[in-house]
Amino acid sequence: MAEAILVVAEQKQGQLNRQSWETLVAGQQLAETRQAPLAAVLLGKGIAALAEELAAKKTDEVWLVEHDLLEAYTPDGYAAALRQLIQQLQPVLVLLPHTYQVRDFAPKLAASFQRSLISDCIGLGGDSKQTVFVRQMFQGKVNVDVVPAGDPPHFASFQAGAFRADALKEGERKAAIKQAEVELAADQIRSKPEAPFREAKQAVDLSQAEIIVAVGRGIKSPENLDLANRLAALLGAEVGASRPICDEGWLPMERQIGSSGQTVAPKLYLALGISGAIQHVVGMKGARTVVAVNKDANAPIFEVADYGIVGDLFEVVPALIEALEKGS
Amino acid sequence: MKIAVCMKQVPAKDAPLRINEAATWVREGDLSFETNEPDAFALEEALRLKEKHGGEVVVVSLGPERVRQVIKEGLAKGAERAIHIRDEEFYTLDPLQMAAALAGAVREEKFDLLLTGLQSDDHGFGQTGVVLAELLGLPHATIIMEIEVQNGRVRVKRELEAGWFQWIELPLPAVLTIQSGINKPRYASLKGIMAAKKKEIRDVKRADVLPPDQVATQATKRIYVPEKAKQTEFLQGTPKEAVAKLLEKLKHEARIL
Repeated sequence: MAEAILVVAEQKQGQLNRQSWETLVAGQQLAETRQAPLAAVLLGKGIAALAEELAAKKTDEVWLVEHDLLEAYTPDGYAAALRQLIQQLQPVLVLLPHTYQVRDFAPKLAASFQRSLISDCIGLGGDSKQTVFVRQMFQGKVNVDVVPAGDPPHFASFQAGAFRADALKEGERKAAIKQAEVELAADQIRSKPEAPFREAKQAVDLSQAEIIVAVGRGIKSPENLDLANRLAALLGAEVGASRPICDEGWLPMERQIGSSGQTVAPKLYLALGISGAIQHVVGMKGARTVVAVNKDANAPIFEVADYGIVGDLFEVVPALIEALEKGS
Repeated sequence: MKIAVCMKQVPAKDAPLRINEAATWVREGDLSFETNEPDAFALEEALRLKEKHGGEVVVVSLGPERVRQVIKEGLAKGAERAIHIRDEEFYTLDPLQMAAALAGAVREEKFDLLLTGLQSDDHGFGQTGVVLAELLGLPHATIIMEIEVQNGRVRVKRELEAGWFQWIELPLPAVLTIQSGINKPRYASLKGIMAAKKKEIRDVKRADVLPPDQVATQATKRIYVPEKAKQTEFLQGTPKEAVAKLLEKLKHEARIL
């Protein structure tokens, strides 16, 4: 598999996540552009059925890395196992979904090859010879075209939503599934993970909301949340927030929208005083119609807004409430 | 406990960015700067651990002269001393080089714990801490929301996606990357600001800590303002007028209300 592109898929509790499929789409596109073979790899224990799912998609081979020490995720275990497989396959590119798990082990894996991770990419460019990776800087205000430098392998991760999982191509025939032999010893794994848990019982399910009124730093103080609540009541909406608001404890964590909170796709998303950092936008860019109110005309939230009002939310929202009250 | 905190200085959140002529970075002359947000939380966590378990906190920063402001803030809040890796062209470094420079500056110090923010608001690589751990041969954990130290080990609460968490135990020394919101960062006191003036800041040059054979493994071709994914229609006028237009649009164009 010289010159191959290797996609690292991610599974949790017997399921492949959506971002794995999105990354496989990126892999399929690159394999086509570069006329390169495509392989996928999956790590864990007792995951053969998931390898079958991957093998049904358009790819040349699927590698299954199963080991007792990979049952629970650890950065040491995952990096060591993938390192051995990469040394064996010698791919030119290793593509990963930019999940919290990948953020935890992929930089370590890349560094063990004296490489850095081209992280959180939102798109691809270039030609058959050289691939250009598009990523964001300055919280999404600026894009940057990045090219790998030096010898392969190179490593890149993709932001949620960078590619559409529904663009995934099915295989004409099932790809070969191969078992990778890796050597792992218990004393290589330095961290001891406990079982994952959830803190809040998810009392509100924002993912089901038709309309969301979301507030950000611009709301300034918890007393001002009343404005958002009144607007939400008039619209039959749920109230959500960007991370800083929940960090401050002004709203409970389950109302947080973004990479560390909920991913939502309502019909209408009203972003009030939200600047639109990448971490927030990832969680709401699936909304059908986005309205943004922000004092800063250059705020990145306007990049994803259908309608924008540049102004003080403490003037705009009361006007909106008044208009809605009159209308009803 | 001997704790290092890696702190970066980044453009202020509301600073309007203009791209430089070479399209490699932003025009710094136009900007105001602030401490990278998660790094401020990492500093606070380090100070609290020191206050509980004893020891010292050392601020480590990579960047040009302006980074002094972040260092002084760290010293004023209670860090004992600082290391400043002076580099006017820090922005040309790739994540591996940045971590290698930090590793070079801290390797001999034998820290028990090294903290970084989980990512920076400028480059947003989100990997400096993890790479630093790999280069120093230390275990790590990322996106940390709580730290307990006991008997030469740390137990940390790691944030997972969609409201999930997990506790992880690691031997010391270790590297942790800190999530925003883990604590409430303190303000510097007047006494702290005065005391900071006498504290040691060790200056090192990039060449002192970054081996010359550590070349970049990714290169910036150009940076640019992205084309809008959506065509935003800006609604003008007084708040009342803009709101009236908005409701009109939502009713008749988007057909939502």
